[in-house]
Amino acid sequence: MSKLKVILDIAKTHLISKRKQTAVAALGVTFGIGTYIIMMSFMTGLNGLLDGLILNRTPHIQIFNKIEPTKIQPIDKVLNLESDLNIILSVKPKNRLERIHNALPLLSELRSNPEVNGATPQTTCRVFYVAGTINLNGAVNGIEVLEEARLFNFKDYIVEGDIYSLKRRKNSILLGAGIADKLSIAVGDNIQIINSAGVPFSLHVGGIYQSGLAEVDDIQSYVNLQMAQQILGEGKNYISRIHVKLNDIDLAPSISQQLENIYDIKALDINTANAQFDTGTAIRNLISYAVSITLLIVAGFGIYNILNMFIYEKMNDIAILKATGFTGMDVLLIFIIQAIFIGIIGGILGIGIGYGVSRFIDTIPFVTDALPTIKTYPINYDIKFYITGVAFALISTFLAGYLPALKAKKIDPVEIIRGQ
Amino acid sequence: MNQSNYILETEDVNKYFREPVNFHVLKNISIHLKNGEFVSIMGKSGCGKSTLLYILSTMDTDYEGKLIIDGQDMSQLNSAELARVRNEKIGFIFQFHYLLPEFTVLKNVMLPALKLGRESEEEIKKKALNKLEILGVADQAYKKAHRISGGQKQRVSIARALINDPKIIMGDEPTGNLDSKNSENVFNILRSLSDERGLSLLVVTHDMDFASKTDRIIEMGDGIILS
Repeated sequence: MSKLKVILDIAKTHLISKRKQTAVAALGVTFGIGTYIIMMSFMTGLNGLLDGLILNRTPHIQIFNKIEPTKIQPIDKVLNLESDLNIILSVKPKNRLERIHNALPLLSELRSNPEVNGATPQTTCRVFYVAGTINLNGAVNGIEVLEEARLFNFKDYIVEGDIYSLKRRKNSILLGAGIADKLSIAVGDNIQIINSAGVPFSLHVGGIYQSGLAEVDDIQSYVNLQMAQQILGEGKNYISRIHVKLNDIDLAPSISQQLENIYDIKALDINTANAQFDTGTAIRNLISYAVSITLLIVAGFGIYNILNMFIYEKMNDIAILKATGFTGMDVLLIFIIQAIFIGIIGGILGIGIGYGVSRFIDTIPFVTDALPTIKTYPINYDIKFYITGVAFALISTFLAGYLPALKAKKIDPVEIIRGQ
Repeated sequence: MNQSNYILETEDVNKYFREPVNFHVLKNISIHLKNGEFVSIMGKSGCGKSTLLYILSTMDTDYEGKLIIDGQDMSQLNSAELARVRNEKIGFIFQFHYLLPEFTVLKNVMLPALKLGRESEEEIKKKALNKLEILGVADQAYKKAHRISGGQKQRVSIARALINDPKIIMGDEPTGNLDSKNSENVFNILRSLSDERGLSLLVVTHDMDFASKTDRIIEMGDGIILS
């Protein structure tokens, strides 16, 4: 016990008497760890934002009616496939309704499935927005707004007004930002639309919807599900799409396959719909890890260098310690303790700087049309980065200190005393 | 066990320098040092007396032959055990004082005892102050070692050599760079250690005056014992 105290005491005296070098070495660690934390917080913050764009807003499974030609044409049933040949030109898709068959039972079935977090019905109707003599092409989606907000962060798209207006007034509409611009319409105004049959409806603008994609914002608006069904002149069971959010996104492909097998519908899972998305995330993560690890390694070399010089300067001390009965192991410990101390100090400062700068970046304005609810750069304050940073600081300083310390352990005191 | 009255003995110690050329430095050195004896080794520069001292001090292990300190065969021990022997049984006084410059004088004296860990820090401190008192440098105790004069440094290093009550003190020109007054002083201290406490001393020196006042002179020349 007390022997360790002596060694600690010697290490401490060395560090204090070489304040400048200690500080420089610690700053090297601080820089490495700080930058690592900043990089990771910022990069994963951005990644999380981009992932969120897709994961939080995109349904895990989209269910709609398939529009496709019948796989087995009537003639196939009559002809012998081996001896006969039939050629049908201009095969047309099967004539079907746009609405999902038996949508309401399907919906309640989905909602009672334990794997499903929630499912929302949508009804799309083609309309014209009336502006004086001009009719603008458009589409109005009927939604259950509260479920959309809960499952798919629908709120993020509403830049003005609020989504609950759809709940409060039946004829409320959340108007696409592009249309609102073109028609000079603001929240609280009324807008005329006509449906495909030419029937006019007067709707009250409860909010402005902006997805960030101009093509969508020029066309798309949202109304209550019942309102959309009324515009179409259809009943409560007219539902053209169902969006499903699962508890576990990884199950999306298997569950969508299952749904297609059971029901006569098309189920599109998120992996198929956004195949490029996974790749992008993986590569961004790879890059940020590569850069951060490089930074930490550079910091490690800095420590190695400084401790190496330390030991050259302390040759005399090492010789005296060994001559007066300190073992090689004691000397090794003295230098490793110094290295680890530098690692701890540098690591703690690095955490401070990493956190501070992350905080600062968090306040820098970051305004983009694509992300209407984001005001500043996104930062991920995951404790994991801080722990990894400090762990790496300790490991790298230990390794960087170990090699020079090993040299100190092997120093032959006679050679040094003779050299005088 | 009839040799137990020898504190230090060697049998046919041979030492070679291989760099830059093969050179036989020490040839069949056999010396015996009795308990409580004050012996000086004399010889011209380059005759190998310092080399011999480093072997006797266990710091240099690259030799052939037998070295026995306090009845214990050194060639059987590993480096950690040798460090323990140096710590416990041998006190060193070098020509160039060799204090740790960044530590206080007191700390320099205390370190070997702290390493040994036989007593509490408080006791060690008291003892170290006492040794410094004996050597007349107690007033320098709390100064950094690089701030005191050469004569004081040498006395501090004697205090350090004494801190663990060693069986034998070895000195490499301990008065080599001291003026005659300090030299005299250091010799008297060493002499009294021998006379009053029965400590064994082995000192390499150039100083004829110094050597003549020791119990026995071992004279060396070209790697062999002359007398």
